[in-house]
Amino acid sequence: MNEIVPTPIAQSAAPACARAPIGLLCELTHRCPLQCPYCSNPVDLERVNTELTTAQWQSAMRQAASLGVLQIHLSGGEPTARKDLEDIVKVASEVGLYTNLITAGVTLTRDRLEKLRDNGLDHVQLSIQDVDPENADRIAAYKGGMAKKIEVAKWVKELGLPLTLNAPIHRQNIHNVSRIIDFAVECGAGRLEIAHIQYYAWALKNRAALMPTKEAFMETHTIVEAAKERLKGVLVIDFVVPDYYAKYPKPCMGGWGRGIINITPSGKVLPCHAAESLPHLTFDNIKDTPLADIWMRGAAFQMYRGTEWMKEPCRSCDRREIDFGGCRCQAFALTGDAANVDPACSLSPKHAEWAKVADVESHTQSPDLIYRRMGGAKVSEPADAG
Amino acid sequence: MSQSFKRTRVIISDETKPAMPRHIKLRHDAGRGRWILLAPERLFDPDETAVSVLKLCDGSRTVTEIVDALSKEYNEQPGVIRDDVVAMLQDLADKGVLVSDATPNA
Repeated sequence: MNEIVPTPIAQSAAPACARAPIGLLCELTHRCPLQCPYCSNPVDLERVNTELTTAQWQSAMRQAASLGVLQIHLSGGEPTARKDLEDIVKVASEVGLYTNLITAGVTLTRDRLEKLRDNGLDHVQLSIQDVDPENADRIAAYKGGMAKKIEVAKWVKELGLPLTLNAPIHRQNIHNVSRIIDFAVECGAGRLEIAHIQYYAWALKNRAALMPTKEAFMETHTIVEAAKERLKGVLVIDFVVPDYYAKYPKPCMGGWGRGIINITPSGKVLPCHAAESLPHLTFDNIKDTPLADIWMRGAAFQMYRGTEWMKEPCRSCDRREIDFGGCRCQAFALTGDAANVDPACSLSPKHAEWAKVADVESHTQSPDLIYRRMGGAKVSEPADAG
Repeated sequence: MSQSFKRTRVIISDETKPAMPRHIKLRHDAGRGRWILLAPERLFDPDETAVSVLKLCDGSRTVTEIVDALSKEYNEQPGVIRDDVVAMLQDLADKGVLVSDATPNA
């Protein structure tokens, strides 16, 4: 039995996509009590008054199920900031979607979690910023956050829900990877993500403060491999490698428009949560266009679907349907053309220069963190400093 | 934490009564014409044999009974398939797809 990874589509000029999406990431809101400096939300956060209504999200759930989506990830921001989360989960569950709550936990109550479970919630993914409470609270800029998360983890287990812990790893907490694994076992988590952060949006702004050295990264790899063996049947550990130290580029989103859809708080439907960093793309909104139409014919989805759009070295590469040339957003950010090969690939002419950045920054003293908040990214810019 | 939620590895023996926990869902995916196993942030693609085995994992049958049922279904001697079935069940348990009466990991 194999884990499902999207199967290669036949190479053809046909533009339409016959494949059904598997997963839907719902950014229910960009509001969040935490201010993690590596947040994957865009630097321009969407405001509360633009958010979809309850009925619009419920419609999105029904449309997703009809389209063939199997799993939905209720994320944010902090999804529990939406008072109607229970009502959205209820509909998602009724239409047969496997529901996953991705939460920071700090604003949850036990009653609310119980209601979510009763409404059909299947799984909880709880983030932790570190295992050391003082450092965790500093990274999230939220006092008492870690203590609250420990309590939430206990509620999840008491209520009989499966628990995943998600630990984003970077220079400020990489020394604690072993302890994070022990903590996950102690909590009774069935799954742990040791996820080296990816350098987009807020994390890109904070790259010099967050990039670990290659040596420190390699050590986490050794620790995780040993723990996987030791904890077989107890804890499944997923290890996410940072692009900068990977051998090949990651198959971003499993291929553009191949299996995953992202909906932003205001209803924009994206092939990837970072896709708005590509200024030449326009995105359809679920308020105006049915999800199936956007998936099958939306211009942004068609743009980098399949392999026809590729340039060399991707176009003739044996790995073109394995890693799809890496990440379009990273290619654009570093080369100015999203159709270029991702500089994470060793075949990219920009690769050496790009890889050097990680080496230099990770060995330089860390600058202050720029915290994620509305307008927060501007704080660091010299123009606003005076 | 006062109450311990620590998990222990499910070890499959002939007496184990394996079952899928609440959060693992075996579903026939009509749109794609295949069976799918839904798990936390994962999807599995069980082959025909795995589907037959999983359908028998109801928490009341022992592994010996599962082997007997499969031996009838596939017209094989229980002794011939027993080791393969145990290996498959152990693999499924290690992936978090099966629990047992003795080890009801949530």
